[in-house]
Amino acid sequence: MILQHLKTEDAIISEIKEISGVDVRACYQCGKCTAGCPLASAMDLMPNQILRLLQLGEHEQALKSRTIWQCASCLTCAARCPKEVDPARVMDALRTILMRRGAVHLEIPKVPAEVLAEAPQQALIGGFRKFVGY
Amino acid sequence: MRLPYFPGCTLHSKAKGFDASARAGAQALDIVMEELPEWTCCGATFPMAADSAMGLVAPTRILASAKAAGKLLTLCSFCYNTLKRTNRVIATDAERRRKVTTFIEEDYQGNVQTVHLLEVLRDDIGFEAVAGRVVKPLHGLKVAPYYGCLLLRPADEMGFDDPERPTILENFLKSLGCTVVDYPHKTECCGSFVAVSSPEVAQGCSARILEAAVKHGAEMLVVSCPLCQYNLDRAQRQVQAGGGPATRVPVLYFSQLLALALGCDEACLHLEGHAVDPRPRLSKWLGQTSQATALV
Repeated sequence: MILQHLKTEDAIISEIKEISGVDVRACYQCGKCTAGCPLASAMDLMPNQILRLLQLGEHEQALKSRTIWQCASCLTCAARCPKEVDPARVMDALRTILMRRGAVHLEIPKVPAEVLAEAPQQALIGGFRKFVGY
Repeated sequence: MRLPYFPGCTLHSKAKGFDASARAGAQALDIVMEELPEWTCCGATFPMAADSAMGLVAPTRILASAKAAGKLLTLCSFCYNTLKRTNRVIATDAERRRKVTTFIEEDYQGNVQTVHLLEVLRDDIGFEAVAGRVVKPLHGLKVAPYYGCLLLRPADEMGFDDPERPTILENFLKSLGCTVVDYPHKTECCGSFVAVSSPEVAQGCSARILEAAVKHGAEMLVVSCPLCQYNLDRAQRQVQAGGGPATRVPVLYFSQLLALALGCDEACLHLEGHAVDPRPRLSKWLGQTSQATALV
């Protein structure tokens, strides 16, 4: 990727900032978020790569990544980010953008019956909020 | 001491043992947990989208109903995190406070301090005093404390303990006479609500934690969250099915060990229904009437 493509401002960067308060341009790609992410092995793009794509204006690639739906909001990345970028908030903002466009990541009828029967209520409510919306 | 108590959506059903053992343990320490009237679910996750106030409505209403006491006791890590973070928004963001409190028709300024039972034990009772009330010391029981995410992070908002090297559960376990197992994954995520969308991914997260704890000598894990309990315990049910972790280690709520050590009625423990049955390892202390209980 060529650095001249680095976007100083675009609609998605502003939208993420409005939703989450995070300015993705502050990320300097140290990779600590990815290094500590317990869900990284289930992701197709690493958290720092998502941030880089956003900085480069390649937000559609970021938005179609499986990564944003794997984030468990555990906030390990947020705790370790030296630039206070808070990738978990960015993941939530990207989910919010997609859900406001009508995306539904989790189809409730497809949740295994065993999970619906046995998972604690907080998992269902939390999961539905993160993957289906309000 | 009397404290308003918010059980949350899970503690009267899937986590009965957490609720009942905490109430019994607290009572033995002269803390009365008074359940809030007409409470609702807090929403389970703190809404990180700052441009919407919708997710703040339920937790703010719960906080407002405890405003006379100025304190609200919770047990579940999800509730603790959601209520504490919501309160910070209400206390510091005038615009969203006005929006939410107008909608719920409550005059609430954000004066309620959300406290976790572990904090009450540490700060109000004191772990030394807890140790003094133990009638069945759990000597020889090797327990790995598991914090997970939501008690600790974000650290500046939660202010619960050191986010990378917490000690509150360790000190609690020592007060009961347990041997504390130190291991590197105590603040790693168990997979959380990803258990609903991708159960196998959450299982992988839990497996790493369980394997690390067992490798360091744990005979048991203690948690403070019904979802951590579910993920860690359930992951081990897959052992026979294949693909699960190669461990058989019971996962208990910290309050279950508290009530056991304080000699509370065993009916409050609800040790049944675990994927890995904790009763064989606890048999030494079960069915044994303690002196203190006998005297009461």
